[in-house]
Amino acid sequence: MHISEGVLAAPVLAGATVAAGAGLALGLKELRPNRIPRVAVLSSALFVGSLIHIPIGPVSVHLVLNGICGLILGWAAFPSILVALALQAILFQFGGIVVLGANTVILALPAVLIHYLCRGMVRGRSHGVAWVGGFTAGAAAIGLGALLLGGSLTLSGEAFREAAVVAVTANLPVLFIEGLFTAFCVSFLRKVKPEILGTFDTLDHPEERL
Amino acid sequence: MHLEEFAEGHSIWHRMDPRIKILGLFSFAVVAALSNRISVQVFALLTAIVVLMSAGLNERKVASRMAVVNGFVLFLWLFLPFTTGGEPIAQLGWLVLTREGIVLSLSITMKANAIAAATIALLGTSTVFDLVHAMIHLRIPNLLVQLFFFCYRYISVIHLEYTRLRTGMKVRCFTPRSNIHTYRSLAYLMGMLFVRSYDRSERIYQAMVLRGFSGTFWTLDHFHMHRRDWIALVCMSLVILLMVVGQLAGGIP
Repeated sequence: MHISEGVLAAPVLAGATVAAGAGLALGLKELRPNRIPRVAVLSSALFVGSLIHIPIGPVSVHLVLNGICGLILGWAAFPSILVALALQAILFQFGGIVVLGANTVILALPAVLIHYLCRGMVRGRSHGVAWVGGFTAGAAAIGLGALLLGGSLTLSGEAFREAAVVAVTANLPVLFIEGLFTAFCVSFLRKVKPEILGTFDTLDHPEERL
Repeated sequence: MHLEEFAEGHSIWHRMDPRIKILGLFSFAVVAALSNRISVQVFALLTAIVVLMSAGLNERKVASRMAVVNGFVLFLWLFLPFTTGGEPIAQLGWLVLTREGIVLSLSITMKANAIAAATIALLGTSTVFDLVHAMIHLRIPNLLVQLFFFCYRYISVIHLEYTRLRTGMKVRCFTPRSNIHTYRSLAYLMGMLFVRSYDRSERIYQAMVLRGFSGTFWTLDHFHMHRRDWIALVCMSLVILLMVVGQLAGGIP
């Protein structure tokens, strides 16, 4: 889900950049220096994870992972995703520099919403509920991201509407795969290292952990 | 995992002060992305192509990068020529091809290619470490630069962990198929990557604190602007000024 350079209209670019800036400011405010390496190395893991190809029938899709990113990082998803997208723009020319804000909002805003929506389920006692929470997180993050992508295209001009509808629809199978993937990932982390799924605020104070 | 494919070389772009390259690329990209005159877009594309050619990079690798850029553009070409309202020029069944649609698609194609080519030529020719250094000098918030630097630094490390885990799965006869077993195994692989990177980040932080890290990256050496850097700065400013004037002035579309 990358919009390339030169597609979006100026007002959409400006609005998205302001929104990304606000999210970034909130995300950085929460990051004390001692959490930088943790968020950064987890971002590297997400970057590597997004290179994994998952087969669906005859084709394969690559993972977006913004659901699990939101569950783990909360507001820090904004700086994390921004940095990963900036690296992709510089190293691979995926996306771009001017659309960086728009692409960040498309992935990070759903991630933060998912964090508040699903964190209770994912951290609860029941493994079943946590699995459902993980599935919801993965699927909803892709769904919301696709809607934001379609919305930003449509806002850029009437002509983009059909392309936007197709782009959103094409994400439906990804939504299902990403949901399953996130659900399994959550259940793995709960068994192996549950503190990763706690917020970073409680991590530094083990007595507050859930 | 080799990420900086274009950073080695001896062209003028490889030797240029990265601060100028970042500023130049950023202003070029903003002006090019916002321009809506075909003449400015053609000029931007031609400039970017000349700049890219003068960087003396491996043609095949550059071509494969540009092909990726044009994936999304090609997707838009399937729709925009037919969905834009305007003067019809051809009819294919129930699809009406409009002049405005073709102009819009062309303009998107030129902008996307111009900016991508300039990005390869300007940012690709610096190592990420130099770019980070330049970002600190350009007063980009220190926290963000640190995050950028560490994320980049550990991508290849984590990728190595990934290939190791993947080899382990392969040795145990894992072949990806479209089934739950595949999705579960790959999700556990990703989970394991999280666990490894989490533990590694703890060790990194402890090692940094041990060496006196207190939250800021200090820069010990500074960039020096050579005469060629000043010339480059003036040339870039002229190109960008020309684009702005071309955009704002009347006359040619």
